[in-house]
Amino acid sequence: MSLLLRRLKKSFREPDGNPLPIINIDHFELKQAEQVALVGSSGGGKTTLLHLISGIHTPDSGEVIIDQVNLAGLGEPARDRFRAMKIGYIFQTFNLLPAFTALENVLLGMSFSGQKSNRAHAIDLLDEVGLKHRLSHKPSKLSVGEQQRVAIARALANKPKLLLADEPTASIDSRNQNNVLRMIRDVCKEHHVTLLLVTHSEEVARQFDRVETLSDFNKPEELLATASK
Amino acid sequence: MSLIHIAWKSIRQRSLASSLTAFNMALGVMLMVAVLVFYGVIEKSFKQTGAHYQLIVGPKGSKVDLVLSSVYRVSPPIENLPYLYYLQLKNDPRVEEAIPIALGDVTQEGAFPIVGTVSRYFELPYADKKKFKVKAKNGFSGSFDSIIGAEVAKQNGWDIGSTFKLVHGGADVGHTHDEEFTVVDILARTGTPNDRTVFVNLKGFYQLGDHDKPVEEAIDQLQKFYPDGVPGGEKRIKELREFAASGGDHHDHGEEEGGDHAHHHHHHHDLPDELKEVTSVFVMMRDQDDYAAYNFMNELKTGFQAQAVNPTQVMTDLMQSLIGNVQKIMVVLITLIIIVSGIGIFVSIYNSMADRRREIAIMRSLGAQRQTIFAIILTESVLLCLGGGLLGLLLGHGLFFVGAPIIENSTGLIIDRYAFEPLELTLFPVLLLLAILIGFLPGMTAYRTNVADVLSE
Repeated sequence: MSLLLRRLKKSFREPDGNPLPIINIDHFELKQAEQVALVGSSGGGKTTLLHLISGIHTPDSGEVIIDQVNLAGLGEPARDRFRAMKIGYIFQTFNLLPAFTALENVLLGMSFSGQKSNRAHAIDLLDEVGLKHRLSHKPSKLSVGEQQRVAIARALANKPKLLLADEPTASIDSRNQNNVLRMIRDVCKEHHVTLLLVTHSEEVARQFDRVETLSDFNKPEELLATASK
Repeated sequence: MSLIHIAWKSIRQRSLASSLTAFNMALGVMLMVAVLVFYGVIEKSFKQTGAHYQLIVGPKGSKVDLVLSSVYRVSPPIENLPYLYYLQLKNDPRVEEAIPIALGDVTQEGAFPIVGTVSRYFELPYADKKKFKVKAKNGFSGSFDSIIGAEVAKQNGWDIGSTFKLVHGGADVGHTHDEEFTVVDILARTGTPNDRTVFVNLKGFYQLGDHDKPVEEAIDQLQKFYPDGVPGGEKRIKELREFAASGGDHHDHGEEEGGDHAHHHHHHHDLPDELKEVTSVFVMMRDQDDYAAYNFMNELKTGFQAQAVNPTQVMTDLMQSLIGNVQKIMVVLITLIIIVSGIGIFVSIYNSMADRRREIAIMRSLGAQRQTIFAIILTESVLLCLGGGLLGLLLGHGLFFVGAPIIENSTGLIIDRYAFEPLELTLFPVLLLLAILIGFLPGMTAYRTNVADVLSE
């Protein structure tokens, strides 16, 4: 799986109706099974970029090519299906569903891909993140670190080819931070999953071979300049 | 993980609100089911009983009274017909079966109504295609033989061989006849007033003492019934007077209770037919189509002292005029209750949508399509409505089960406590439709959730 962003542009509208350019990327590429840390200042468009890559947002123009499929050219149902099957997403705030147990949260990740839920695989994943003894616990009964591990297992439930992680260690203490980060990197390596991890932490970024700063390749201000000409 | 499982989890997450709204729906459905079953059972019971007979022939008067007294035994008999007329009907070439019914007494124990009739009554179906089942296959042989209904046997603890006495004209006001009747057979439960009836041999019924009709009164009535001349003419009337003068007529005028009673003679020998009376005659026409019965009914309408009614028609009309409108009003009111319950479910789900925006956005980010989210909300509504409906169905039948004895006591009908009304089945498609309507707006709210906005909040 490779990720290629080409001439990707995204703007939002400000309350006064003026456009607010957020993303303007001419070219950005990830190779298969590559692990990249993406750093950038707060409000710099990191989360918007992840939403564009995952198909939650659609770009104003440009291409998001994942495994030779231009996600930006697909309709919403196809993008949803693609996301369910090919992309894993880890949120900063874990976003586990409180009514579901750890195991059910992982199974839920499988439910929307159109494939049959594989209970054994879900249990294996939770075992892999060290939570086999917590299968039937609801998120409220899990520690913060455990919750994030459930979120990691859920993101991998459909055997994705691309894992997007949005500040996955920001909400956990420093001791658990390294464990969680190592876990994400290890499982991605083991499953040959391409990893794009957004962080504002230099300490986290340092652990990656490739670190990209968003502002180096994202030039929204150029859009403003073009618009004002 | 199925949509139902996901929806169920969400319902459980809000267990208090969910259970209260579903219970609200259950109460509405419970009332609806109870009303449907109640009216259904009453109607069926009324219509079915005696439906095998095309006609009930009785004295002129209220059709409803005739059917209620002869078939249901819940109303006092109107008047009587001469036994001679029963014989006439029996010998009418158009008539296949004519069964005499004589009413008036009740049992000393339990005050069950007494019906004097003939063994043939038990050989014919008691309802459409339903034949009597008896314990010992004993018909009436002795004059004082009796065949009792299942409920009588149960309540009085009587079995074959038990003996009992009759009270004349009502348990409270009458006096007890000296004669003892013996139970020779017990009917299996029929779910009709037969279960609460004690049948006695008509022959024995006429031999009961103490309250037989004076000969002069009998002659007078015969002359009224046959204005063109009593069968047998003046010669026969003279013979009857002679019979009375010879000591055959040992009545006590002071104990006469009027015309609401079939009359009997206290001497245990055959009474002249002219002095016998029947309350009514159950008739089956030889020609099974309704036309023959209709013609026969019309024949009796003009200038005759008897009337013929179709028991099913009478009861259908009665049900429609009395209970039909009440039922309709109740059904409308309960439908409103169910709609209000539905609105409760709508409010509950709709209010929860604000709290669930994030939940919905997470599912969407995991790849759930908009339609899937819509379907989950709709499923939730369906589960609450149908779950409430199912609970209501059980509660409704439970209520009916508990209330059945009260209905039995007040109507004299034997109620099938496990009765199921086919109309109940239509409740579920209706509830399904209601659930879809209820779930639609919250479903659309969920459908329109902006994933990126919510996740960024």
